[in-house]
Amino acid sequence: MAAPQQPDIKDLPVVLLLRPFPFISSYTDIFSNKFRSLNPSTSSLPLNQFLTTHANSIRVLICSGFKPLSSETLECLPSLELVITTSTGIDHIDLNYCRSKGIRVANAGDVFTEDVADIAVGLLLSLLRKIPEADGYVRNGFWLSKGEFPLGSKIGGKRVGIVGLGSIGSEVAKRLEAFGCMISYNSRTKKNTVPYLYYPDVRDLAANSDILIISCALTDETYHIINKNVLSALGREGVVVNVGRGALIDEKELVRSLLQREIKGAGLDVFENEPDVPKELLQLDNVVLSPHKAVLTPESFSALHELLIANLEAFFFNKPLLSSVNLE
Amino acid sequence: MAEEEELKHEHHEQDLPLVLLLGLDPSSLQKFFPKLFSKFRFVSPYELPDKSMDQFLINHAQSIKVLICEGGGEAVSINSEVLNCLPSLECIVSVSAGVDHIDLTESKRRGIVVTNAGTVFSEDVADYAIVLLLDVWRKISASDRYLRSGLWPIQGEYSLGHKVGGKRVGIIGLGSIGSEVAKRLQAFGCSIAYNSRKKKESVSFPYFSNATDLATNSDVLILCCALTDETYHIINKDVLSALGKEGVVINIGRGALIDEKELVRCLVQGEIGGAGLDVFENEPNVPKELFELDNVVMTPHSAVLTPESFSALHELTIANLEAFFSNKPLLSPVNYE
Repeated sequence: MAAPQQPDIKDLPVVLLLRPFPFISSYTDIFSNKFRSLNPSTSSLPLNQFLTTHANSIRVLICSGFKPLSSETLECLPSLELVITTSTGIDHIDLNYCRSKGIRVANAGDVFTEDVADIAVGLLLSLLRKIPEADGYVRNGFWLSKGEFPLGSKIGGKRVGIVGLGSIGSEVAKRLEAFGCMISYNSRTKKNTVPYLYYPDVRDLAANSDILIISCALTDETYHIINKNVLSALGREGVVVNVGRGALIDEKELVRSLLQREIKGAGLDVFENEPDVPKELLQLDNVVLSPHKAVLTPESFSALHELLIANLEAFFFNKPLLSSVNLE
Repeated sequence: MAEEEELKHEHHEQDLPLVLLLGLDPSSLQKFFPKLFSKFRFVSPYELPDKSMDQFLINHAQSIKVLICEGGGEAVSINSEVLNCLPSLECIVSVSAGVDHIDLTESKRRGIVVTNAGTVFSEDVADYAIVLLLDVWRKISASDRYLRSGLWPIQGEYSLGHKVGGKRVGIIGLGSIGSEVAKRLQAFGCSIAYNSRKKKESVSFPYFSNATDLATNSDVLILCCALTDETYHIINKDVLSALGKEGVVINIGRGALIDEKELVRCLVQGEIGGAGLDVFENEPNVPKELFELDNVVMTPHSAVLTPESFSALHELTIANLEAFFSNKPLLSPVNYE
């Protein structure tokens, strides 16, 4: 039997790249053996004009989580059937438009879940045990001049309230249970298979928690879900950790609460207007700040590449997608 | 009636058992452990320069039966010289987990019992080991500094960290702290192996009889053991070499568990991947070369610094002293072997 021939490049299915992909060199050959890419960044035309001219028959595109994917752009793609985003979040995509046109959306599935959970726990522990402050204390020579460092807070026995008990929230819960924390949660709906206490109202969750961890998707319902009332209910000894989207929290109100010491502290990986971080936060010793890098590990990027390529293959072979998101 | 009450009160104060404080600031102790001062009387050479400590002991501590001391890098060494000045000493209460500052052989020879902090610190210290590890692997302190320096809008994304799940963790010393560390890291999806003086039959984790073999099979080494003659510099050139370029060391035990000069050299040369250090060979001095490195997290021996640990230690110290003075079994005696 003759060995299968290398497919003619003209026969390879086309993928529109609204962001560089692959971005790990070990996947370049794998990708280019299976797909052709259409890349607007190689042209000097403005994006929508390029698309109107060249992307008429495009059925699938890859986009990043950082740039909005608007209906104006989507309208230039009359044959589009699938949007694949390299992020977990899909709040940057005009979902109403996609719904109305029957365009499916696939995301990064669970490839980032553990890494985000690890950062949520890492930010919380760093905050409670004052690690960046302690590290700075040593680096600045204060251990020699000032002596003993102030007390931090024990983690075990604390009441943790998780806002959004999806894959990330569940992984956070599993980790913090091992530290002796008690877990409660708020979610759109109660999950009958989990042993944790459910609060239908976020404010009630906050009133009964020492720690709030925000790990839900950003939607119209969850915009500023953490507001003045919730922060007030969390109280002077409470801390909040956000690894979801900046806009889940009323950032102005959060900054005010932190400055006035109306809550004890915060661990933040996301902000309302990245990469701009409210200047007041940069001076505070009761916050730990992270530049939206919860997912930045080589292992999760490899897994992302595997998943995307698998989704593309499934799409082109009319098989079920691996990480399609329910748009309802 | 009032006179009788006064006499009773004075008599009571005189009756409070006498305890020697060595290496501890009495006013600091009173601030953190106030109940001690309503139950015991204290003598302390704290304000005196070291040279006159022996003289103080000879003049004031001949009938002292019990002393309280602390551990850590700046502890007073309870050695033969000091013990020679305390002929009536029967019990040493150390407010630390480590007892490497006490000559245990000499103490045993003289029939002196030693107590330590038992397991009151174990959870807080285990938590600290985990957060140091997460910080090194996920660059939490380094990227907090990056963000505060205003570089995010200018230089963009901070560099990649390492995934935690699937990593091989090697624990040196699987005592109460090591066990708590293992339990936590399993929840992150890490695999656990260990080295200890002896294999623990009730534990299912793979055992390695020496630190070098453990290092060869680990992505991170976490030091949770006591400092003894056997464990001095247990992390040496060979072990660091076996750990390799991607390997990380976390130390929440004692600085002298690691050959610090060698560790610094390996870190500066990029021969190991990073370190999280709460303890150092010569505290509070920390090798300055480490300050340049973003893959090192350093903390000022603060793993036990929570109100809950202090509170638990307070209760335990009182309980040990009360047990001693009423001839009851001590709560946290140190095993000499």
